[in-house]
Amino acid sequence: MLQSKYNHPIMRTILYIIQKEFRQLKRNRQMLPIIFIMPMVQLLILSFAATFEIKNTNLFIVDNDHSQLSRELTAKFKGSPFYTITGYSDDYNTAQKAVELRKASQILIIPTDFERDLYKEDKAKVQIVTDAINGSAAALTNGYALSIIRDFNVNLLVETFPSIDLKDPIDVRYSFWYNPKLDYTTFMVPGILVLLITIIGLFLCGMNIVREKEIGTIEQINVTPIHKYEFIAGKLIPFWIIALFELAFGLTLAKLVFNIPIVGSLELIFGVASVYLIAIMSLGLFISTLADTQQQSMFLSWFCMVIFILMSGLFTPIDSMPEWAKAINIINPIHYFIPVMRNVMLKGSNFADISKYFWPLVCYGFISISLAVWRYRKTS
Amino acid sequence: MIILFGMPVVQVLLFGFAITTDIKDAQIAILDKSNDYMTHEITNKLLSSGYFILGANLDKDDQIDKAFKKGNIREAVIFEKNFAEKIETEKKASVQIIADASDPNMANLLFNYSQSILMDYQRQLYKDMKFPLQIQVETQMLYNPELKSVYMFVPGTITILLMLISAMMTSISIAKEKELGTMEVLLVSPLKPFQIVVGKVIPYVILSCINAIIILMLSFFVLGMPVQGSLIFLLAETVLFIFMSLSLGIFISTVSQTQQIAMMLSMFVLMLPTILLSGFIFPIENMPVVLQYFSMIMPSRWFIIIIKAIMLKGSGILFLWKETLILVGLTLFFITMSVKKFKVRLA
Amino acid sequence: MPMSEIIQSTEVRESIIYVRDLVKRFGRFVANDHLSFDVYKGEIFGFLGANGAGKTTAIRILCGLSTPTSGQINVAGYDAYLQTEKIKQNIGYMSQKFSLYEDLSVEENFTFYGGVYGLRRKQIKEKTTLLLTRLDLLDERKTVLKALPLGWKQKLAFCVAIMHDPKIVFLDEPTGGVDPITRRQFWDLIYEASHNGITVFVTTHYMDEAEYCERVTIMVDGRIDALDTPANLKLKYNASSMNEVFLRLARTAKATGE
Repeated sequence: MLQSKYNHPIMRTILYIIQKEFRQLKRNRQMLPIIFIMPMVQLLILSFAATFEIKNTNLFIVDNDHSQLSRELTAKFKGSPFYTITGYSDDYNTAQKAVELRKASQILIIPTDFERDLYKEDKAKVQIVTDAINGSAAALTNGYALSIIRDFNVNLLVETFPSIDLKDPIDVRYSFWYNPKLDYTTFMVPGILVLLITIIGLFLCGMNIVREKEIGTIEQINVTPIHKYEFIAGKLIPFWIIALFELAFGLTLAKLVFNIPIVGSLELIFGVASVYLIAIMSLGLFISTLADTQQQSMFLSWFCMVIFILMSGLFTPIDSMPEWAKAINIINPIHYFIPVMRNVMLKGSNFADISKYFWPLVCYGFISISLAVWRYRKTS
Repeated sequence: MIILFGMPVVQVLLFGFAITTDIKDAQIAILDKSNDYMTHEITNKLLSSGYFILGANLDKDDQIDKAFKKGNIREAVIFEKNFAEKIETEKKASVQIIADASDPNMANLLFNYSQSILMDYQRQLYKDMKFPLQIQVETQMLYNPELKSVYMFVPGTITILLMLISAMMTSISIAKEKELGTMEVLLVSPLKPFQIVVGKVIPYVILSCINAIIILMLSFFVLGMPVQGSLIFLLAETVLFIFMSLSLGIFISTVSQTQQIAMMLSMFVLMLPTILLSGFIFPIENMPVVLQYFSMIMPSRWFIIIIKAIMLKGSGILFLWKETLILVGLTLFFITMSVKKFKVRLA
Repeated sequence: MPMSEIIQSTEVRESIIYVRDLVKRFGRFVANDHLSFDVYKGEIFGFLGANGAGKTTAIRILCGLSTPTSGQINVAGYDAYLQTEKIKQNIGYMSQKFSLYEDLSVEENFTFYGGVYGLRRKQIKEKTTLLLTRLDLLDERKTVLKALPLGWKQKLAFCVAIMHDPKIVFLDEPTGGVDPITRRQFWDLIYEASHNGITVFVTTHYMDEAEYCERVTIMVDGRIDALDTPANLKLKYNASSMNEVFLRLARTAKATGE
């Protein structure tokens, strides 16, 4: 049995601390559903919400031509499942008002003499005006509109000149791997899962030491022969177990409800998750040792978490970030873990593939725990 | 604390400069089986577009899966053998684009960009040929011509920060009194409960206002985000939202017994849904209908609409009366609920 | 570390706490100003003084919770600068503010602290039953501490402090806020502990409790203004109660312009 130099059995003490933590959690009636049920509910709701797909665009048509051709073009938009026509007018100002009132997010303007110009001079213009407040959505809806018009154009050519060879010389063949249906939940669910266990880990675990500071029970602890690292370990382990449970539960939900593929090895996922959790929880504990009140601790943790989550590649692409931002990511544990989750789950990456994310996490864990232990003083 | 003021600065900076939904420098792998002047020209075109950078040069098909699994490569472009020759003689050659769709949005965008670059190249090749019946499309982007994603984020950032300070911190602060037992002391003092609450809440009101102003100033001066509409109106709506968040925070504190619970509740019921369901990052229109209804009771959703409208479109009260009324209604609702809960405790 | 032997009357007594010139400064404020005293093994030593006199500061230093600014301090044979963890193995402590876990039951608190001090499971069980029976609280062993009245909680805190049979037990204002009967009962507990060989170091601002101690010091503004048995002090200051002794001292302090 491991004995410290003070003749004091280490494992036993840690077990006693863990027992106390679990007993306290059990007593805390309000917390239990919050820890176990809420994250799962969030997983379900948020995964459905998080999508960049544009399912429908509200289109306003300004038709100044009123010709057969313009009606055909309009009909093509009407027939598309991605579009809903929410207004017709001759007047651009009406259209613009509609966009302002958010009744439409795109305007198609067909000028006068559209049909005539096209047939006479082989060239005619139309205008697509898009509400670009949401930049990337605008890019996508713009693309949709363009492809509908292009389609219309091609059909027109084929009808008019049946023998024309319209095939593009450059034949672009494409395939989407790992997620052929381009299902957005497949992408988001692993990420949201990471987000949820991070919250449990960082906040729940972190607030714990400060709580004891605030209510004063830490005095009694400090006066016992408990070692610093025993105390820290005793605080870490219960929540580590809980978080891993949540991960397992979440993965099960992911598979059952969302049909997320789990191509890679589960052991690898849990292995890296374990290390990640230690890293992030120790960070929470370290923050805890810096703060005097739970409020402060929460605020600090929140501050770090928001920055880390946003920069981690969970919602937005990392590649697009400037170099200095990517540098900050070196101390961002979330940014190491998310690619592991995604790559292992969706692509089946193995350990060698993700080792470049794994080792930094191990380092991170070591450093955070050391910081937390160092900072926690039993004698002030 | 410095963090309290540093927070908005940092967030604005991050959003302004670091975080974007635009595509830039995505790593691609090129498998060029031809290695002729055409494939080189196309590759150059791709790599100089700003969207792509070269991640790897592959020589075999089976290397593609491995490249994807390593996690850096987002797309592979494969040119078949004798590409230029085939184009010149048979007027037909194929390019295969394989996108890593584990991020479907990225895959879609990258594919679209790749395809349009290829089509562009094709057009250049055949620019002297005339095609009949060409419909030319002019595109215009309203309110945000450069498609800057920062316009999306700033309103959301303000909302989140205000919610954090006004709702979350308030709820924790009041819950703290409950937890430590000092609430009873306050309640038996000659102060009316109303005064106690107001006293607790005032510092956060001031803090929120200062933070909101800092963010607005920063986004205006540093990020160049315009304020098309009336500044006064913007500030008025902001104050309304602050009160709304306060009432929400107070309500949460009435149902929480400890600070930890107040925090967790705020986190799960407020912050997460605010970030994900309010239209901050993900557009509401795209969500399943159920969630769209759900987001209607999220005050943050309405506030984001209001801010965006005032700042980017210059809308006035006439356009926004509906949303404003909803915020007022929610505020009253939460205040009433809090008062009721409070009375129950005292009884 | 050497143990000093002081000859007092005809007894040779062992010093279990040895303090010379203890100073504790917080910035410019001097909380403990050159304190010097010994506490003998087995005695009940009282640390008296008004609120804010510096008692809690001193006791926290002796327990290894706080580092002294300067001075020589030995507790149970260990140095208070470098060997705080060894000190903690040999002492028990009851803080002024109740610091057991209110959301755990009586039994769970005992189990935890027993385990932490290295007691085996059987020992913990036995001790818990023994102590709870002594307090007549055996029926409450599964009750959550939050639900118990303050007096019972204080007594339980005391029991947790002596559960592992420490050499010294430090009590910081243990009878604060309880009724006189409970206070009397508490001192019965203290006498029993002392009888069993535990040295008791107790701070209090109730001057009448000084009568229960063998020797007391009175702290005024961070200094020790008196150190002797209660009987001797009453003689010296021509007082009929410790309260009077204290008032005389306090007035003197005021007079000399402190």
